Amino acid sequence: MQKLQDIAVRVEAKESSESTVDHANAKPVMHEVLHALKRLKERGEVTTIDLKSMPFGPGDEEALLSYLGCGEVTIELQSLGKSRICETFYPGVWLVDHYNATGDRIALSIEINRVPEIVRSQTEDISHAITRLEQQLNPDSTA
Amino acid sequence: MSTPVDFLLWVRGPGFDIALVVFLIGVVIRLLEVLILGRKPDFAEPRGAELGAGLRTLVTRTLPEQGSFRRSPFTVVGGYIWHIGFFISLFLFIPHIELINATIGLSWPGIASNLVDAVAAVTIVTLVAMLFSRMSHPVKRYLSGPEDYLTWVVTILPMITGYLAYHRMIDPYPLALGLHILSVEILMVVFPFTKLMHAFTFFIARWYNGAMAGRRGVQS
Amino acid sequence: MAEELNPMAKTLGESLRQSGVSRRGFLKFCSATASMMALPPTMVSAVADSLEKAKRPSVIWLSFQECTGCTESLTRSHSPTVENLIFDYVSLDYHHTLQVASGNAAEAAREAAMHDNEGNYLVVVDGSIPLGNPGFSTIAGISNLQMLEETVAGAAAVVAVGSCAAFGGLPHAKPNPTGAVSVSEIVKDKPVVNVSGCPPIPTVITGVLAHFLTFGSLPELDSLGRPMVFFGKSIHDRCYRRPFYDKGLFAETFDDEGARKGWCLFRLGCKGPMTYNACATTKWNQGASWPVEAGHGCLGCSEPDFWDTGGFYNALSIPDSDVIRNAAYVAGAGVALGAAAGALNRRKQSKAASEHETVTIDDLDKRS
Repeated sequence: MQKLQDIAVRVEAKESSESTVDHANAKPVMHEVLHALKRLKERGEVTTIDLKSMPFGPGDEEALLSYLGCGEVTIELQSLGKSRICETFYPGVWLVDHYNATGDRIALSIEINRVPEIVRSQTEDISHAITRLEQQLNPDSTA
Repeated sequence: MSTPVDFLLWVRGPGFDIALVVFLIGVVIRLLEVLILGRKPDFAEPRGAELGAGLRTLVTRTLPEQGSFRRSPFTVVGGYIWHIGFFISLFLFIPHIELINATIGLSWPGIASNLVDAVAAVTIVTLVAMLFSRMSHPVKRYLSGPEDYLTWVVTILPMITGYLAYHRMIDPYPLALGLHILSVEILMVVFPFTKLMHAFTFFIARWYNGAMAGRRGVQS
Repeated sequence: MAEELNPMAKTLGESLRQSGVSRRGFLKFCSATASMMALPPTMVSAVADSLEKAKRPSVIWLSFQECTGCTESLTRSHSPTVENLIFDYVSLDYHHTLQVASGNAAEAAREAAMHDNEGNYLVVVDGSIPLGNPGFSTIAGISNLQMLEETVAGAAAVVAVGSCAAFGGLPHAKPNPTGAVSVSEIVKDKPVVNVSGCPPIPTVITGVLAHFLTFGSLPELDSLGRPMVFFGKSIHDRCYRRPFYDKGLFAETFDDEGARKGWCLFRLGCKGPMTYNACATTKWNQGASWPVEAGHGCLGCSEPDFWDTGGFYNALSIPDSDVIRNAAYVAGAGVALGAAAGALNRRKQSKAASEHETVTIDDLDKRS
């Protein structure tokens, strides 16, 4: 039986040709994306996949992101820190990457949608814009 | 013994040692008792070889006999199913192989855990059906004594606790694992002193039947 | 004016809007919050609706027999940062480690928060409570037990952060010299959430606080009082090395071929099968890695009595003793006993044979 004192510890240099992990947990997510994309086309159903809740092994997330790649559209959002939103190599599949004000990632998800929800102008913001614009045009009115 | 973890530590520590001592001493005594007793020397001239006939009977007595299959197919088929299922669950489940490897250093390939899971479920259901048949069939019930029910209980308990532990149906997990190990320890303690010993003695009995017939030159 | 100074009076939606955060920004905040609470993304709109109306709860943080590791873990939380947490999610009114320089003023703040938010505030506790002697651990001259009972009296709920507060932890390990107990052994009349771990994952701490803020209630708990969303699955079931376990591929030492190939660490004492926590998905240090990914088995730090599970490097189900040596001795004893039993049987047999009388038909006739 293995006791602590029986375990020999030897430090050695990491071999460079180390690629034994097959990124087993990235593939199922790709299948999930495929099915979601079919649902978007057939029924207009929107799907969001939270990548922070995936039991990824080392390199899985990187492998998934490189499978998805980057496509034609990249959007940068500036609100409570930066957000990078890009359409991947597969149209309809978007990567939504949120950062906080200090530049740490706070959420990372894949959204299967025609345009990510957060990119669309929000009703509340539009109302607020109307008020502001009216104030701008009629500075004298007591609104 | 106040917490589930203490319980687990006891069953895999002193509990296991006790069970191992009882099991090994019991099995060795029972086997030696049979073997040392021996048989009277047979002075008659042998009319055939013992070896071939002995080995053949080991196999033939393990296969179902047509007559008994026709008379009670359920007992024969059910018996096969659960014996094979029990064997697969015990020896081909990877964590069990891992345990055997860690304790005595022997190892062999296992099969996928979800397959073992299905086999275990079938085994448990079959064992329950066998008990039902034993209790409802008038002849079987007449032939059954307390020992038959005891051996049934100690056989099915490791299967059930193992199934519950694998599916995490007992909370917390150390308790589930501890109960499973304890149930196996009970099986080990009961084993040498009941008809469970057949797992060792059936080789001897079948060999002897065949060898004796072979020596006399008759069909076994 | 007094209204504006009191952040408790405003809903989260109002205060964020007032500080110029757009609806888009608010939605982003909500997706991050939902992700932090381990809620499915479909819940984001429900989270937004609730957060819009939510009011930040007052939080009192008590530290008893602990090592400050839990607070260290929390202050290294990055989503949200501890500043975000304090300003956006809760009103952290008392934390004696962070307020250590304030002395009596800190104690006054605790009493004020208790008074102003009677029945509505959250109490977060890290560390176990010594019952052996009240003098073993005191704060501002007040024993831990007294402070806990006093503070919890008007609380809405208690969050026991870390394995010490949740299950007794290190102070409770054998032989438990201080008579340490967990929070739930003292607090019986209020809901207690156990956020175990040594330390707990920072986002799990903040996730529970965010849940209270968002829904005004406590998350669903498992049988040990831990939030199901984080503690519902075992480390083993979520482990990316699980396929190797199922194939029977194990690392034998920390530096062998198997260890390099990332095989299962069960044989090296990994407690993943008995441990429930979110390490495999949430990970540590801003999602960088976690113990099993770093090549060391799980210690089971979020389980009760994990210090006393028979050694961090001993596999969970493997017997402790040297089985081969014991078996050899025992089999030897068995052979001796078996030989004796066999000899007795033989004697009985030969005695029976020697006492055997041959009987003829005539003898039988005579007898009858």
